[in-house]
Amino acid sequence: MNQEIISEILSKYEDEQSSLIAILQDLQEHFGYLPKEILINISKEINIPLSRVLSVATFFAAFSLKPKGKHPIHVCMGTACHVRGAQPILEAFERKLGIKSGENTEDMNFSLETVRCIGCCGLAPVVMVGEDVYGKISQAKVPGILKKYKK
Amino acid sequence: MTEKNKDKTFRIHLMVCAGTACVSNGSFEIKEALEKEIKKYDLKEEVLVVTTGCNGFCERGPLLVVQPGNIFYQQLKLKDIPHLVEEHFLKGRPVEKLMYSPPEEKTPIPILSDIDFFKKQVLIALQNRGLIDPEKIDEYIARDGYRALAKALTEMTPEEIIKEIKESGLRGRGGGGFPTGLKWEFVRNATSPNGGEKYIICNGDEGDPGAFMDRSILEADPHCVIEGMLIGAKAVGASQGFLYVRDEYPLAISRLNIALEQAREYGLLGKDIFGSGFDFDIKVTRGAGAFVCGEETALLASVEGKLGEPRPRPPYPAESGLWGKPTCINNVETWANICRIINRGGKWFSSIGTETSKGTKVFSLVGKINNTGLVEVPMGITLREIIEDIGGGIPGGKEFKAVQTGGPSGGCIPKEKIDLPIDYESLSEVGSIMGSGGMVVMDEDTCMVDVAKFFLTFTQDESCGKCTPCREGTKAMQQILTRITEGKGKEEDLSLLEDLAKSIKDSALCGLGQTAPNPVLTTIRYFRDEYEAHIQEKKCPAHVCRELNTYTIDEDICLNKGHGCDLCRKNCSADAILGEKKQAHKIIQDKCIKCGVCYDVCNFGAVKVD
Repeated sequence: MNQEIISEILSKYEDEQSSLIAILQDLQEHFGYLPKEILINISKEINIPLSRVLSVATFFAAFSLKPKGKHPIHVCMGTACHVRGAQPILEAFERKLGIKSGENTEDMNFSLETVRCIGCCGLAPVVMVGEDVYGKISQAKVPGILKKYKK
Repeated sequence: MTEKNKDKTFRIHLMVCAGTACVSNGSFEIKEALEKEIKKYDLKEEVLVVTTGCNGFCERGPLLVVQPGNIFYQQLKLKDIPHLVEEHFLKGRPVEKLMYSPPEEKTPIPILSDIDFFKKQVLIALQNRGLIDPEKIDEYIARDGYRALAKALTEMTPEEIIKEIKESGLRGRGGGGFPTGLKWEFVRNATSPNGGEKYIICNGDEGDPGAFMDRSILEADPHCVIEGMLIGAKAVGASQGFLYVRDEYPLAISRLNIALEQAREYGLLGKDIFGSGFDFDIKVTRGAGAFVCGEETALLASVEGKLGEPRPRPPYPAESGLWGKPTCINNVETWANICRIINRGGKWFSSIGTETSKGTKVFSLVGKINNTGLVEVPMGITLREIIEDIGGGIPGGKEFKAVQTGGPSGGCIPKEKIDLPIDYESLSEVGSIMGSGGMVVMDEDTCMVDVAKFFLTFTQDESCGKCTPCREGTKAMQQILTRITEGKGKEEDLSLLEDLAKSIKDSALCGLGQTAPNPVLTTIRYFRDEYEAHIQEKKCPAHVCRELNTYTIDEDICLNKGHGCDLCRKNCSADAILGEKKQAHKIIQDKCIKCGVCYDVCNFGAVKVD
């Protein structure tokens, strides 16, 4: 099954060696993260040492070696969000979920991450839960947002 | 327009903004609701709904502009739509309550061009904004699209193109401000090893937090960037181009791919374009979330599929770029200006702006400002005009403190310099840079030490780690700033910060490191008193650095004005507030985690921070 997916992704690229980043992006999109065995497999398939595959996979923020929660929460930490109070909002999420940024809740329902800038500065401060965007939020709104996604 | 609508004319066009901020605010739902109501009243033959790129006035989204007439509707909600369609599009009575009124005024301004936010703007790079559907090449062509390309390919020699761009005085809009025509000439004159290829790259790795100019151009008018690259390719002699776009911009990537496909279909990309014998094609490359990849040598490495690490220059990419071949890299906004310069002439472009900075610049105006959004202004306009006239000033009657330009590489400009004209030189004189166009407004509630720490944390995190000054130096600076904001700063910290800043500036490998100290240096230069308050008095004057804050409740206000509303206690996640409804409340200092939620939620001003 996984082998088919890998072959399908690889078939899209002519020059696999210079397309490593794009290949990893496709894999990340498909699996939600980059599983270890897939990376080992890819390294063999395209004949790039695993060390180089890993160095690329850990350099770029778009890649994750860990699975994510069912509802990934992204708190925007762009400058506009920062001056409008993003930091206390991130901390409010951390307290409510009992996890730190970069972690998953034990039941894998949520993962919490910060993001550089999603470019919705007009709505600052902004939080994304999955694909849903919440603008002009405050600490007091955090429990209400989480409630919508509780199991 | 869909095929069947292609030759139809409509009585009314409804231009719905589909920029990222408006989409997040539900503009596609608004579009559906409009279409549903239009169908209900059988107006389908008369009224057409068009989705456009970013209109610019993001603060007021979702937005709708009615053409003809240029009537501007804002902050639309789904429940407004039936009434709007019935009143305006069926009965011809524009709905005043959905129009824009300036803050603290009641009279609505119906027409877009009469609104202060739009009035002082001069559109060149954004000239098609809100007027075309970015996913339809015919609409771009109808607004003179690809006319400049035809001229460049059939009437102009490469030297003539370069001469025109040089005459325009256009300088790189990505931050560096290098003269574009000169760069093109270098690439034109560079010889490729073994007579090989040359490349064109569009840098769309817009990494500055708080900046979304390039994203908006790519989303609103992708063809103008493609056309610019085609003209550049003819000028320098390239046959392959790459459009490098941030991974975080999925909408831009999808619109670019649609645009490229349509351009190929029309024979505007590919072989023998316009029968001129000129071949060129463009590939989209997605970034993978590394700020340093906006630096051109790191970007090149990333396009080659390698780690996005920079390398020393020279050699510059113009000589030895992608796979060692001469490569012309310009940013999105620079490319967006090209077709307009070819159409209207370098002389026209150079008539706008100042002596050394020509044309216009697009800024994303964000932060503590009433009219957040995307603005394009002539070079030489003052900060005051942007902040007060276009931006509508600071919300809530607060006092303006500073404006930050140039992102993590830039600096903070204090209110004393509000009459500074915006051009490359003036900004650099005050310690900041033009940068790619982020403009973050700060008010009295913004702590400048915290802002410096914010940017340093950003660059520290994004430092690729290749060179020691940037990797270790920014970390040391960040640690010092952190202890200052925690009230543990020492007397000698300021001079230590300045020394470190100087060493990093002098010795870092690439632009990221060399400019990383700028936010710290400018805040020390203009807001030394704030640093000193943190260090000597252990106080944060703006009450942002929470370790230094103490929250208390004025029991008199709580009881007599708020009647012990209990809202603070309900929201306190640390159980640090004592009290019941109709009683005065009190904060237990030992338990308080200083999150400030009580201060935020109190409607009576009973919670005090010191």
